[in-house]
Amino acid sequence: MPEVRDIQIPEPSARVASAADELQDMQGEKMVLNMGPSHPATHGVLRIVLELDGEIITKAAPDVGYLHRGDEKIAENMTYTQFIPYTDRLDYLAPLANNVAYALAVEKLMGIDKQLPPRCQFIRVICCELARISAHLLGMGAFALDIGAITVFLHTFTEREKLYNLFESLTGARFTTSYTRIGGLSRDLPPGWVEQCRKFLEEVVINFDETETFLTRNKIFTDRTQGVGVVSREDAIDFGLTGPNLRGSNVNFDMRRAHPYLVYDQLEFDVPYGTTGDAYDRYLVRIEEMRQSVRIVRQCLDKLPGGPVNVPDMKVILPPKERVLTKMEELIHHFINVTQGVNVPPGEIYFGAENPKGELGFYINSKGGGTPYRMKIRSPSFVNLSIMSHLLPGHMVSDITAILGSFDFVMGECDR
Amino acid sequence: MEFGASHAVTSGEIATQLKAQFGDLISGPVEFRGEVTVTLADAERIADVCAALKKNFGFDYLVDISSIDNYGEDPRWTIVYHFYGYGHHQHLRLKTSVSEEKSELPTVTMVWRTADWHEREIYDMMGIRFRGHPDLRRILMWEGYPYFPLRKDFPLAGKSSELPEVGFSRPSPMAGGPFVTIAGGKDTIAREPRVRIPETDALATTNRVERRADIKDAHGEGKGPGPIEPKK
Repeated sequence: MPEVRDIQIPEPSARVASAADELQDMQGEKMVLNMGPSHPATHGVLRIVLELDGEIITKAAPDVGYLHRGDEKIAENMTYTQFIPYTDRLDYLAPLANNVAYALAVEKLMGIDKQLPPRCQFIRVICCELARISAHLLGMGAFALDIGAITVFLHTFTEREKLYNLFESLTGARFTTSYTRIGGLSRDLPPGWVEQCRKFLEEVVINFDETETFLTRNKIFTDRTQGVGVVSREDAIDFGLTGPNLRGSNVNFDMRRAHPYLVYDQLEFDVPYGTTGDAYDRYLVRIEEMRQSVRIVRQCLDKLPGGPVNVPDMKVILPPKERVLTKMEELIHHFINVTQGVNVPPGEIYFGAENPKGELGFYINSKGGGTPYRMKIRSPSFVNLSIMSHLLPGHMVSDITAILGSFDFVMGECDR
Repeated sequence: MEFGASHAVTSGEIATQLKAQFGDLISGPVEFRGEVTVTLADAERIADVCAALKKNFGFDYLVDISSIDNYGEDPRWTIVYHFYGYGHHQHLRLKTSVSEEKSELPTVTMVWRTADWHEREIYDMMGIRFRGHPDLRRILMWEGYPYFPLRKDFPLAGKSSELPEVGFSRPSPMAGGPFVTIAGGKDTIAREPRVRIPETDALATTNRVERRADIKDAHGEGKGPGPIEPKK
């Protein structure tokens, strides 16, 4: 008589449960990886604490503040003009654009933003757009560098070098420009600058084409960026993204178009926006924005009017030095302007400008006098980074560099 | 009511309608330099008002939240919200006050997720708490920092605190070694490892190190650059 054996056939649901247990053992424990604050892909001092399941990110907690200098506190303790150099150090890849945004905010509070001479407004637009080209060139170069295309970085840096030469002859400094003043500019364009700028614009568009041949249809680049870091339109708005990161997610919005400041309403330009919201779209938006910036600067150089660059009010802008030394009234204005600062009326305003990284806003609360009572800097990089804990989970570790690169943030601005 | 792109509406009109919905809670609108500000009387209702602003009035983008310290006045805190609508392209500012004893108001993170970091920053800088916030920690200062630096009674020069600057840092493996720079030395030369004598370097961490002979010859005992305090 054959031996009888019991065979256990577990229920399907029990089988699934035990398989899941086995899988859990195979996957093992989750690992915590500390990325940054000194990591080349974090573009400065961003730290991200990652929880990993193998190579998949399950949790990401960005940790910011390593570059916090207390700019808002500092602003409460100095005159409006004295704060201009601090704005250089917000988004230090586009200091000229920060200078312009800050000056416009204070001028809005004083109610003189519509009285700026046309030449000043055109020069400011040129500054903003050159700063945008400079910031996007670096952002794009560093993005490509992070995901392995080193040539692009070297290539875009050649053009940035020319830009820095232009900035130097314009402002006297290559990096920390401090070019604007409340009610005007620190100086007019130097002789021959317009021609130099035109020459640069002719050269830089060739560079854009070459950069695109490196990247736009590069299989490695598209594989690493398409479908990676997808931000839906709803998420982009909900998380308050601005600038190219918002436009990459299919939102056709640009402060220069929706609320034109300076002379943007007199200039022709297109606002590029993406459709899928992935890293590749953000790259495409940036490269098109640079072409549009070239278009804007060309129009400004063509239309550039003559005349003064400062508002004709000695209570706002410093009088000419030779008159300060010979005339009593100018001496008094100079003295009051320097020691007490421009007299700003009590009130509160918010001004947001379309900067390379997004909407740089200044909320100024004044009780009158030469110093703000409270100044809040709404920095685009800070807000843009807040989406990371939502966006990164589900991606591979190697996608982080692509996502961070495509977001193009600056920690100087994020941490203030 | 809905505000679409085709609906040309001004923020002044929105403020009036908001007032109609919430009655005495909303005061204003005040217009200055083309910007409209409304004030909310009871900060406890902020979440309701914000939800209505997003749902009924088309403010889908929370631009910013900031806080003002009205030091010496009561109520001490003013919280300032900036809204924007991508549909109607209008800005609105809403202000509400919180007393110092309370220093707390409801969060709006469930209305806009971007509020998360803005509220953390306000808590970090001024010490105003947001009830219901999912993760109310310091954001710019380090964990465990004892002060709120943007308050008006906090000095510009800062205050020293017991805690190390970075809560999670430990000495690096080489710290105190003969070829490692000493942090916190009086000047760069005092921190420079080459001026120190390795044998006496046990004192390196307290910065009381003996000056190397050739440097002593060149600069004298107490003057000039180099390690400073005499050995006790």
